[in-house]
Amino acid sequence: MDFLKDPLKVAADWLLGIFASWGMPEIAAQILLGFLGILLLITLLMVLDIFLVWVERKVVSRFQDRIGPNRVGPFGLIQPFADIIKLLIKEDITPGGADRVVYNLAPILSMMSVLILWAVIPLAPTILGVDADLNIGALYIIAAGAIGTLSIIMAGWSSNNKYSLIGAFREVAVMLSFEIPMLTVMLIPTIFAGSMGIVTIINKQDTWFFFLAPLAAMIFFIAAIAELGRAPFDMGEAESELVSGYNVEYSGMKFGMFYAGELLHAFTFGGFWAILFFGGYRFFGLELVNPLLAIAILFFKAFIGYWLIMWVRYTLLRIRIDHMLAFNWKFLTPVAFVLLMVTALMNALLADLPGWLYISGMFLSNVLLTWGALEIARHYSRGEREKVEGAKQVVEVHH
Amino acid sequence: MSQWIFIGLFFIVGLIIPVGAIVVAWILGPKKPNPIKMTTYECGVETVGESWVQFKAQYYIFALVFLVFDVETVFLFPWAVKLGSLGMFAVIEGIIFILILIAGLVYTWRKGMLEWA
Repeated sequence: MDFLKDPLKVAADWLLGIFASWGMPEIAAQILLGFLGILLLITLLMVLDIFLVWVERKVVSRFQDRIGPNRVGPFGLIQPFADIIKLLIKEDITPGGADRVVYNLAPILSMMSVLILWAVIPLAPTILGVDADLNIGALYIIAAGAIGTLSIIMAGWSSNNKYSLIGAFREVAVMLSFEIPMLTVMLIPTIFAGSMGIVTIINKQDTWFFFLAPLAAMIFFIAAIAELGRAPFDMGEAESELVSGYNVEYSGMKFGMFYAGELLHAFTFGGFWAILFFGGYRFFGLELVNPLLAIAILFFKAFIGYWLIMWVRYTLLRIRIDHMLAFNWKFLTPVAFVLLMVTALMNALLADLPGWLYISGMFLSNVLLTWGALEIARHYSRGEREKVEGAKQVVEVHH
Repeated sequence: MSQWIFIGLFFIVGLIIPVGAIVVAWILGPKKPNPIKMTTYECGVETVGESWVQFKAQYYIFALVFLVFDVETVFLFPWAVKLGSLGMFAVIEGIIFILILIAGLVYTWRKGMLEWA
């Protein structure tokens, strides 16, 4: 019965017993177990990644009123494997003008920056060996994400191609800019939980932080889409003008790394959204029944976030880069800072009140702030519009 | 301490997987390089001049603004962690700090650094 209750712990204990019988010291056995656990997790992620390719293709085709892959296997499920074989047996080309070392390092770093994010994602309350509850988890996410930014500028610059260079510059400008509101709203779950550790943040979410800070969740979602470089913020790979941006020169498995990295990154950000604002693996105590169930809950929530990111991507049009950056610096960043101040203040003011009053106070302050910010933006953009269309408006009024 | 060992292991495994995939592809793929294939792809038009040239200064300005805000926002993390136990005084202090940050943003804005000139 123990095995059904917590199969991972049973397996871990069994392996530890085997290592001990080999005469291995305790610490080495722990490290070896950790290594095996990490290998298992990353392999699972790569398999998931293969299916994300299928999910993405199926979903985009439905949005565009097509059927999508449906020939290879049932519902086209084997299609991604065929794609992988194709990628594997393609010739490995490095363009003559490229900076070889940087060019080949970039796709590796791109994939790695996504995989190491999973080091701080807690999969289940009782899991052993695989996850580390880092006490600076929130900062680690930002730091690991920065490696992804680095890989993009490396890819764009080293290709020695004007399209990739322009694409990389745009992409990096957008990623850097949207990191500010993202960092700022990540402070808000930190304030509520009183810790940067991801496990503590999840444990404190008896009420989802979404209800305490809906505006923060929305800002995080928008910033995450920009951070991923997906439409409507995909100026970096605007295929109608830059072919495909920073990865024009890449082919075969190296391109595959960028592509798979992007999809897994989107899924990972869905996971972060779920963890920071929707309780992570928690779902009315269901997570305590079985760690595998907890993992399923987390992945389900992450999939909902991923689905929303896809929905936005295939619905909205691309935004011009100056509008994109102006939207970030002149709207999102000030709103995020004001939200942070309001949250800190309300948190101190409402701390001694009963729970339901605290939650509704927080929620209302967020709603009010959203309304105020949108009203200011509306007023400002109306002024702008009248500057452009002023003459026409006057004529209409005098009719 | 052991947490950092796991993070280190994660880095190693995270590196091995993409390196492995690319190396396998390199082993399996054909190797028939020729000068035409190795040229830079710019939609079939022959490449003119260098790509490693001077670029738009605006990107640099945005990176500079980002750097200032990023570093200062990271300073806020310890404040946010201890906010619950420090009381009203820390809240006011933090708000003053954020107001200074916003003043910096307003200054950049008024200087026209956020315009895509």
